[in-house]
Parts: sequence; structure tokens; C-alpha cells
Amino acid sequence: MAEITQAQRMKIQRHPMPEQDPKVRARNFKEVNFGYDEKTAIEEANRCIQCPKPNCVKGCPVNVKIPTFIQAIADGAFRDAAQILKQDNALPAVCGRVCPQEVQCEKVCILAKKGKPVAIGNLERFAADWERENIGVHPPHVGKKTGKKVAIVGGGPAGLSCAGDLISMGHDVTVFEALHTIGGVLMYGIPEFRLPKDIVQKEVESLMEAGVVFKPNMVIGLSTTIDELLQEYNAVFVGVGAGLPYFLNIPGENLNGVYSSNEYLTRVNLMKAYTFPSADTPIYDVAEKNVAVFGGGNTAMDAVRTSLRLGAKKAMIMYRRTEEEMPARKEEIHHAKEEGVEFNTLLAPLEFKGDERGKLNAVVLQKCELGEPDASGRRRPVPIDGAIVEIPIDVAVVAIGNGSNPIVSRTTPDLEVNKWGNIIVDETTMKTNKKGVFAGGDIVSGGATVILAMGAGRTAAKSIDEYLKSE
Amino acid sequence: MNKIIFAEFIGPDTKMFRIDAPLIAAKQKPGQFIILRVSPEGERIPLTIADSDTKEGSITIIAQGIGKTTKELNNLNAGDYIQDLVGPLGKPSHIENFGTAVSIGGGVGTAIAYSTAKGLKHAGNKVISIIGGRSKEYVILEKEMRDIADEVIITTDDGSYGKKGFVTDSLKEIIDSGEKVDFVLAIGPIPMMKAVADVTRPYGIKTVVSLNPIMVDGTGMCGGCRAVVDDKTVFVCVDGPEFDAHKVDFRLLTQRNRIYNDQEKESVENHNCRMLKMADEVANG
Ligand SMILES: Cc1cc2nc3c(=O)[nH]c(=O)nc-3n(C[C@H](O)[C@H](O)[C@H](O)COP(=O)(O)OP(=O)(O)OC[C@H]3O[C@@H](n4cnc5c(N)ncnc54)[C@H](O)[C@@H]3O)c2cc1C
Ligand SMILES: Cc1cc2nc3c(=O)[nH]c(=O)nc-3n(C[C@H](O)[C@H](O)[C@H](O)COP(=O)(O)OP(=O)(O)OC[C@H]3O[C@@H](n4cnc5c(N)ncnc54)[C@H](O)[C@@H]3O)c2cc1C
Ligand code: SF4
Ligand code: SF4
Ligand code: FES
Repeated sequence: MAEITQAQRMKIQRHPMPEQDPKVRARNFKEVNFGYDEKTAIEEANRCIQCPKPNCVKGCPVNVKIPTFIQAIADGAFRDAAQILKQDNALPAVCGRVCPQEVQCEKVCILAKKGKPVAIGNLERFAADWERENIGVHPPHVGKKTGKKVAIVGGGPAGLSCAGDLISMGHDVTVFEALHTIGGVLMYGIPEFRLPKDIVQKEVESLMEAGVVFKPNMVIGLSTTIDELLQEYNAVFVGVGAGLPYFLNIPGENLNGVYSSNEYLTRVNLMKAYTFPSADTPIYDVAEKNVAVFGGGNTAMDAVRTSLRLGAKKAMIMYRRTEEEMPARKEEIHHAKEEGVEFNTLLAPLEFKGDERGKLNAVVLQKCELGEPDASGRRRPVPIDGAIVEIPIDVAVVAIGNGSNPIVSRTTPDLEVNKWGNIIVDETTMKTNKKGVFAGGDIVSGGATVILAMGAGRTAAKSIDEYLKSE
Repeated sequence: MNKIIFAEFIGPDTKMFRIDAPLIAAKQKPGQFIILRVSPEGERIPLTIADSDTKEGSITIIAQGIGKTTKELNNLNAGDYIQDLVGPLGKPSHIENFGTAVSIGGGVGTAIAYSTAKGLKHAGNKVISIIGGRSKEYVILEKEMRDIADEVIITTDDGSYGKKGFVTDSLKEIIDSGEKVDFVLAIGPIPMMKAVADVTRPYGIKTVVSLNPIMVDGTGMCGGCRAVVDDKTVFVCVDGPEFDAHKVDFRLLTQRNRIYNDQEKESVENHNCRMLKMADEVANG
């Protein structure tokens, strides 16, 4: 391709992500975004002005070499682009799809000042997809065997990235996972239409090819304990995620039709309830019904958009604050609106009501207004006296976050946790107070992001390697 | 994948399996359960570990075929494999020497009560076992119970075997006979467990039941198995499955177990359709 001048670069418009028509996609489970083709990717890559001191790299929690991989795409060297990405990010096909780019790498891209940052996420996804579709996912390089054994507890992004790094350092790695499928939230939480499950499984397979051993159906704490693992393994990494659903603690929450987002999404994603009765796991009949989802994060958006796809007549978000405070990725909110999700804000649920058979039929809500900022700096919702509404609904999904699952801490009493049950670590090494035990991801930070969990897994791998060498 | 070592019907639609699962066998304690999936498209269902054999490295489970998954399971035989098996899950039964313990099992509940009853005996209790069934064929594990219990009472609804009547009638008789009952374990259909709780409540006899809500993961991740005990919401898979019978909200448990009734019917019909079609194909093939 002929050299283009800086002036020409600045004229290229950001390339929108091609996607399924909102009316059509709102009723199917296929991926919403199609991804760039090669020509579009090269054109978008050409927008990057290759800053000598790139802000974008600092905006990425794992410091992906963004200008370098983008240059490779601009040069048509797609395979190189994928390799460069993988030096810092074990799962680029996943992060390109689910990272909140608008508050990370793209937020600080120099072109963001003019309103249209380089589409870093879309390009990341392109490179990773290109590699997978054209030459297959490259298993990590396997280093000279050290004879040391590491157990990884939890097969989510934290555990997988830790496993990938440790196997390339030459250690033997075994991943223990409670569920029957590896991938954590990537498999049971985030829906197919946002992150196809095949992509996650290809990544898992590539780790398997590199020699990582996977043991599903093993609940550590019950099937075996951390202390028992320490007898057989030189070190243990705990990446069990934030898997304890919070409820609203309001009357009527146990009525039939009230779900935690974890249960709702697990039934649909992991157990494939949307194909029922071809798959055996059912989900409450949502067709032609009114569904209300409580929350404003990614999980809430996933649940509400899933409801549309299950045939809901009306799929509603109910949020205590305003749209500005919603923690979900901007793209998810935008997609949800396009698909016809109804957004109701400044509403706090007070009570669920049901019929004589115990089936949910309404929610009573308190209208709020915004008051003074709270500890998080967001303006606090304040109830408006007497402003109470009742809305008929058939299904409610509570998506207000997750706490830490207590199985590991209960069965490992000498492992230090804080008052919320999060494992306490030294943040530079991911070391816990227990010798040979490291931890990272949501179980340490509380519910966060895929890239932060992977970053933590990676930091832990480095310090486990040092620990094993010094042992 | 776990191999079935032994399988045999022990009652109508009720089948006993010994499954190769050495890790679970070594860890299992009375009152704990496993979750299994029969096939790759299968549902995850909880079943109690009725017994284990650490020498053979096997666990025993007993399933009553009431819906799609349990019927599919009951079609399997020795040599077949179970797709996934995870456990032991849940808290073990609280076992101590109470004095005299009555273990009550209704239908397949006897299978669930068995390992705890055995544990109670080992802990030094006098164990009286009441086995209830609709009729003679539904009385299971009589021999096994006789091996561990000090006394075994059998009741059938129609009087075709043992005493005619309900398990609660026999429990009342024991209490009224002056026998000091210190502990009651009751496992079976929800109305039976509720009835037992109602019998023992006025006497203040410590009574424990094992709850059977619908589960998914069995690790406390989904909250689908929630029940209300002592006016508080609990997750049965991690906080139970055994709870103080006098504090359980049985009405809610019944109600929540009906969530998928309409859909389950569809699933079984679909299954039957497939079976008929297969039969047709075989016949015409
Ligand atoms: C619905 C939903 C949507 C989300 N959307 C986004 C998004 O768009 N972008 C984004 O960046 N982040 C998103 N997140 C957050 C992100 O998925 C998590 O931050 C991330 O997955 C955390 O990774 P992890 O490895 O720490 O834990 P998890 O992904 O939770 O994995 C932990 C694994 O450990 C297993 N486990 C638990 N206990 C045990 C045990 N005792 N023994 C063995 N195994 C055990 C679990 O089964 C699980 O597989 C979303 C989360 C949810 C729930
Ligand atoms: C901790 C625990 C231990 C259990 N141990 C045993 C055991 O040892 N042996 C055994 O036979 N069963 C046991 N059960 C019950 C067993 O899990 C259910 O019978 C099974 O899940 C039904 O699945 P299905 O697909 O065959 O039936 P489905 O088609 O799912 O259901 C058929 C009918 O049963 C009802 N039902 C659904 N789930 C349950 C449930 N969990 N409990 C009771 N009724 C239900 C439905 O409302 C429906 O009417 C146990 C349950 C729990 C929670
Ligand atoms: S990993 Fe996430 S934050 Fe980092 S460059 Fe990729 S999309 Fe941006
Ligand atoms: S800040 Fe933007 S323009 Fe600069 S190197 Fe990074 S992506 Fe390219
Ligand atoms: S079965 Fe999911 S929390 Fe108990």
C-alpha cells in the first residue's frame, strides 16, 4: 500500500462495527457484531498516527503494545499482529469483544480528543479472529520442563492466563474447575450473542495442546482442599471468581419467576436452556411475558437482551440511578436500546408480588431523584416521598452484583480474607498469607473485568515462577 | 466420565447404581450429595450418596425415575458411563450420640436417610428405622436397614406389607409407648416431612429434614436452590441440605419445586416422542 500522509490519515473516519440488524438479532442468539473484513481493518489501522509516546498503552491494564500491533495490521501482517497481542494478552479474541475500551485504551487515545479514537478493540478482535480462522489458535510456546507442578483453582480468565504463562515457563499445570465446562464467566455468564462459546473453547483447547491438564467437576474445598493440593503441587493459584449472587432482600424475592442473574444466565448459556426441550434444562417461560432486570451493569444488559431473545414481549431495565451512572459498557447500553429494551431509571424495588400459586406478577417500586454524591462519587438516589408505582411483570432478574463464594475460605481457615470474603494478597506479587498460595481475579478484587482478571493471573504466574525457582 | 460398575432396580422405577468415583468415595460423609449429567445436553441433577466403598472406589446412588433425567439415568446399566459427576457437595449431616434416634424414610427418601442412619448408629445411638412406601414394592433397603438399625418398622399406605398407615402413625406409636426419642431424621416427599415435623414439634424433639429444591451448580453460585428456614433465605446446596424441620417453610419449598412443571411435561413428552420414533425406525428399519 502506498504511504499515506499524516493529513490523509486524519481524514479517515472511524469505521463502525458491522452488525446484525437490531430487529433481527433481538430474536436470535447469534453474535451481534460481525467483525471487520481485511480491507476495513487495514483502513482503520491507518488511522493510528503511531504516537511516539502512546497514551493508549498506558490506558490498557496489561499494556498491550497497541501501536505495534496496529502497524502490523496496517502492513497486512495479520499473523504478526496476533502474535504481538499475545505477548501481553492471552485472550485477545475475548478482550477485543468485551473490554470496556471506552474507559481504557480508547479513552486516552490521542484521537479521542477529536471524538473518534482508533477502534483498538475492534482491531484486536480482528487480528485474533484472523489468526484463529486462517491458521488456528497458536498454543503457547512450552518452555524446558522444570519438574515443578502448579495447581490452578478455577478455569476463568484469571486461571487460564496464569496457566498459559506457567506452561510456557516449563512448569506442569493442572486446572481444577467446579463446573463441567472450562471458561468461568466467559462460558456461563456472558451470552453467545456477545461472545461465541466456540472462541473460548478454542483458547482452552490450545492450552490443552500445550499440555495444561484440565480437571472439570472438581469443587476445591469439597472434592479436595487447598491443603491437600499443596501436598501434591509446589504452588497453588486461586482464581475462583466472584460467584455468590446478591439479592435485593425485599419481600417476595423467593416467588417463582424471580432469578439471580447468575442462575438466569447459567441456565441459558451453560445449560443451553434456549434450545429446550432439545437440551434438558428448562428456563421459566418468558415468551410474550414482561421481564424486568434490576441493575445497570454488563450483567444486567446481558440478562435483559437474553430475555428479548427468549421471546419476551417487554424487556425492561430498572435502575436506581440514571443512565450516566450505569457501569455497563457503552456499546451494550446502545445495543440494548437498539434492540428495543426499555430503560427505566431512578426506580428502587420495594416488593415483589405474586398470585396464589406463588408466581410473580408485579413489582412495587419507589421513585427516586438524584441527591448528593456518595462515597463512590456518584450521585446518590434519594426516594421521593409517596412516589410509589406498581408495574406488572412475570419475570424478574436481579443483577446487582456478586460477592465471594465462601467454599474455599471456609475450608482453608488459615487463608486471610477481608470482611467481604475477598482473598487478601500483596498486589505486586499476588501472594496470599499462606505459603505457596497465590490468588487473583474477581476473588481478590471483587467483580471487575476480564482483562483485570487476566492481568492478575499473569502477574501471579511471574511471581509463582520466582517462588518455584527460589524453593 | 464415570463408569457404572453395578446397576439394579430395587423398586418400581427405582434403581441402585454403584459408580466408579474413587475421589468422591474417599471424601464422602453422610448427608452429602453429588450432581450428575447423564449426557452432553443433559440437566445437572442432585442425588444423595447413599453409600460408598473406598476399597472398590465407588459410590452408591439410588434414583427414582420421575422425570426426563432420572428416567434416562435409570435406562443405564453396568458398563455404561455417566457424563459428569461432581461431589461430594453440601454439608455433612450433624451426627452425635443423641440417645435414641428415629430415622424415617418415605419412598426413595429411605435411600437418602440410609447413610445418615448408619452414621448415627456408629456414633452410638439406638437407631429405629421406619421405612414407608405406597405399597409393598415401594419399600426399599429393608435388608440394609436391618443390618444397621436396632429396630425396623415398615409401613405401607395400603397395608400390603408391614403396618397399614403412614410413617407418622408409627412415629406417634413409638413416642406414645414411652420410648424417649431424642432425635428424628425424616426424609421423603415434602408432605411427609412436614407431617413428621408437626408430630414432633409439640414434644420438642430435635427433628432434621433433608430438602430437595431444584439445583443447577450446587456450589452456591446461582441461588436457584434457595429456601426459607427460620425466616431467613438459605442456599440449600451449600448451607444444607439438612435443616431443622421445625423452622423450614415447606409451603415455599413445594411452590418453588413446581416452577418448571409445565416445561418438564413437555420435556418428557418430547423424550417419549423420540423413543416412539426410534421404536418405529427399528420396527420399520
Ligand atoms: C454476565 C456478566 C457479564 C460480564 N461482562 C463483562 C464484559 O463485558 N467485560 C468485562 O471485562 N467483564 C465482564 N464481566 C466480568 C468478568 O467476566 C469477570 O470479571 C471475570 O470473568 C473474572 O474472572 P475470574 O477468572 O476471576 O473469575 P470467573 O470468570 O468467575 O471464573 C472463576 C471460575 O472458578 C470456578 N470456581 C469457583 N469456585 C471454585 C472451586 N471451589 N473449585 C473449583 N473451581 C471453582 C468457577 O466455576 C469459575 O469457572 C461480566 C461478568 C458477568 C457475570
Ligand atoms: C440434595 C438432594 C438430594 C437428592 N437425592 C435424591 C436421591 O438420592 N434419589 C432420588 O431419586 N432423588 C433425589 N433428589 C431429587 C432429584 O434430584 C430429582 O428427582 C431430579 O432432579 C428430578 O429430575 P428429572 O429431570 O428426572 O425430573 P424433572 O422432569 O426435572 O421433574 C419431574 C417432577 O419432579 C419435580 N422435581 C424437580 N426437581 C425436583 C427435586 N430436586 N426434588 C423433587 N422434585 C423435583 C418437578 O416439579 C416435576 O414435577 C435429590 C434432590 C436434592 C436437592
Ligand atoms: S486488552 Fe482491552 S484495554 Fe487492552 S488494548 Fe485490548 S481492548 Fe484495549
Ligand atoms: S494513542 Fe491512538 S493514535 Fe496514538 S498510538 Fe495509540 S491508538 Fe494510535
Ligand atoms: S444450586 Fe446454585 S446456588 Fe445452590
